[in-house]
Amino acid sequence: MLGGAVAGVVGGALGGALGRGAVPAGLRAVVAAGAWLASTPASLASTAASQSLPDAAPSLDAAIRAFTGGAPVRAGKVRVQIAPLVDNGNTVPLSVTVDHPMRADDHVAAIAVFSERNPQHEVASFGLSPRNPAAKVSTRIRLATSQKLVAVARLSDGSHWSGEVDVIVTLAACIED
Amino acid sequence: MTARTLIDMPRQVKRGEIFEIRVMIGHPMETGYRRGSDGERLPRDILTEFRCEFEGEAVFSARLYPAISANPYLSFGMVADRSGELVFSWRGDRGFAHTERVALVVV
Repeated sequence: MLGGAVAGVVGGALGGALGRGAVPAGLRAVVAAGAWLASTPASLASTAASQSLPDAAPSLDAAIRAFTGGAPVRAGKVRVQIAPLVDNGNTVPLSVTVDHPMRADDHVAAIAVFSERNPQHEVASFGLSPRNPAAKVSTRIRLATSQKLVAVARLSDGSHWSGEVDVIVTLAACIED
Repeated sequence: MTARTLIDMPRQVKRGEIFEIRVMIGHPMETGYRRGSDGERLPRDILTEFRCEFEGEAVFSARLYPAISANPYLSFGMVADRSGELVFSWRGDRGFAHTERVALVVV
């Protein structure tokens, strides 16, 4: 079942890239190689899945639930800043900002970032403290394909807020050598 | 275990001044999803944890996954009301552990 999901993700990624017609000529060979990957037998794909990491969540929602503990998540407060069009998915600058004060009694306690279509949905999670003057973190991430990124913030009062953004990736991180 | 690190932050700040800490460490962050030239899967070798503490108090921490780029970079803000020592530590696969210390002077 997981193997099918992996193949589906790869196939979907290629379909998305081709559908947008944004693939430069030089990339066609890479895309062709990717198409071969998508058509590899299920047995090979399932081997890949069985070797994936034990803490990999089966779906984006499941990964987010693992972070929130099932608590309701409201949309708002969280801003995900990333270039809307990414040339190289191997190193993409990402910032997450939460519009909330950082007082000792009322602050952002944690921020987690999730990816819709990377091999693993978890990207990173951050623990904050009132010593941080603002709820803002920056890092550099890998993106396997064009997809949605979701950031969820946990406040000190236990409430959860989220923000999301769509990114288009022309050179994926996972096809590199 | 040795690793090259870059810690960009002021060494001296005014009391209550907001400043940014930017840290980077040399590490391949091998995802575990790639295959080598022989077709064999390259085993995962990533950093999984980062912590920044000031005088024993947690300032900032991060849990890292394969989606973090090679040579992990993190930036966050801080404000200090007294001088002290900042301890930065990274942990990862294959028993990786690295710690850096920076003295912060608050005037």
